Amino acid sequence: MKSLEDLKKLREKLQAGNAVRQGGSTQIIVGMGTCGIAAGAREALNAIMDEIAKRKLRDVVVRQTGCIGMCEKEPLVDVVREGEARITYGHVTPEVARKIVAEHVVNDRIVDENVVAKLTD
Amino acid sequence: MHELALHILDMVQNCLDAGASEVVLEIVEDQADDVLLIRVSDNGRGMTAEQVAQVRSPFYTSRTTRRVGLGVPLIDMTTAQCGGHLKIESRPGKGTVMEACYRLSHIDRPPLGDMAGTLKTLLIGSQDVDFTYRHTVDGRQFALSSRELQEALAGVPFYDPEVWEWLSGYLRENFCRLYGGATE
Ligand SMILES: Nc1ncnc2c1ncn2[C@@H]1O[C@H](COP(=O)(O)OP(=O)(O)OP(=O)(O)O)[C@@H](O)[C@H]1O
Ligand SMILES: [Mg+2]
Repeated sequence: MKSLEDLKKLREKLQAGNAVRQGGSTQIIVGMGTCGIAAGAREALNAIMDEIAKRKLRDVVVRQTGCIGMCEKEPLVDVVREGEARITYGHVTPEVARKIVAEHVVNDRIVDENVVAKLTD
Repeated sequence: MHELALHILDMVQNCLDAGASEVVLEIVEDQADDVLLIRVSDNGRGMTAEQVAQVRSPFYTSRTTRRVGLGVPLIDMTTAQCGGHLKIESRPGKGTVMEACYRLSHIDRPPLGDMAGTLKTLLIGSQDVDFTYRHTVDGRQFALSSRELQEALAGVPFYDPEVWEWLSGYLRENFCRLYGGATE
């Protein structure tokens, strides 16, 4: 059985190997209101995290937010990167979620089919 | 929503929206008593008696993005359909307790569903919240405290790739044991 002691050892190993992130260059934000949850936001978030874990991406911060008022396009996922337009993706199935990580985050290619908003500031 | 685990995610999300810094989630499944109980307690902003009386209606919400709230009315409906009830106790400035109760054997009761998935999502969302989980199945218990996890992690976030994989395995093992299955 895994224990909290194992988790502590894992953390010490990460810190010793300097593997702990210094802050993220990419933020991924998943909408988690009732509408999002009903449409599959939990699956989207967990798929994003599984893909990040698989690829060992250490400069991505993952957060949640409430409903932002485009309920019919849920699940909604925002990707925010410094110096780039904020991209909002809609209808994010687990498959699209993995694509967002593999394409947008890793290869810098926006997943056009699912973009529902672009915000430049 | 056909999983109670999704309603649970929704209830805890309400606690976070209410600014809670502490959330306790308890689940009891008991065959002898024929009951499935979900209790969510928080120390968020709470509601007045008047608000509590209205909260089961979809037209009550403090949202500004949309004119209807969906979470609580849905839970109210599913509990009523399954020979159970939804009890809400709240005090402004103190916090809220929501208790959803179902007859375990009721034919229309939605399955609990992917509780591990809900917990992982909640941990990502409650990075600054003290979140306690206690789940009992016919006397066997699994408990988890986000504060204990955070202490072990000393600042490394739950979304770290290796931490996420560890958490996934940890939850898989513990749910397996909780339901009386073999452990790895
Ligand atoms: N734990 C809580 N603490 C304080 N207020 C709450 C709590 N749970 C619900 N409420 C109040 O009840 C309202 C209705 O909740 P409900 O979950 O039904 O809809 P909502 O959260 O407004 O929107 P959504 O459909 O995204 O869930 C909330 O807007 C909030 O004002
Ligand atoms: Mg809600």
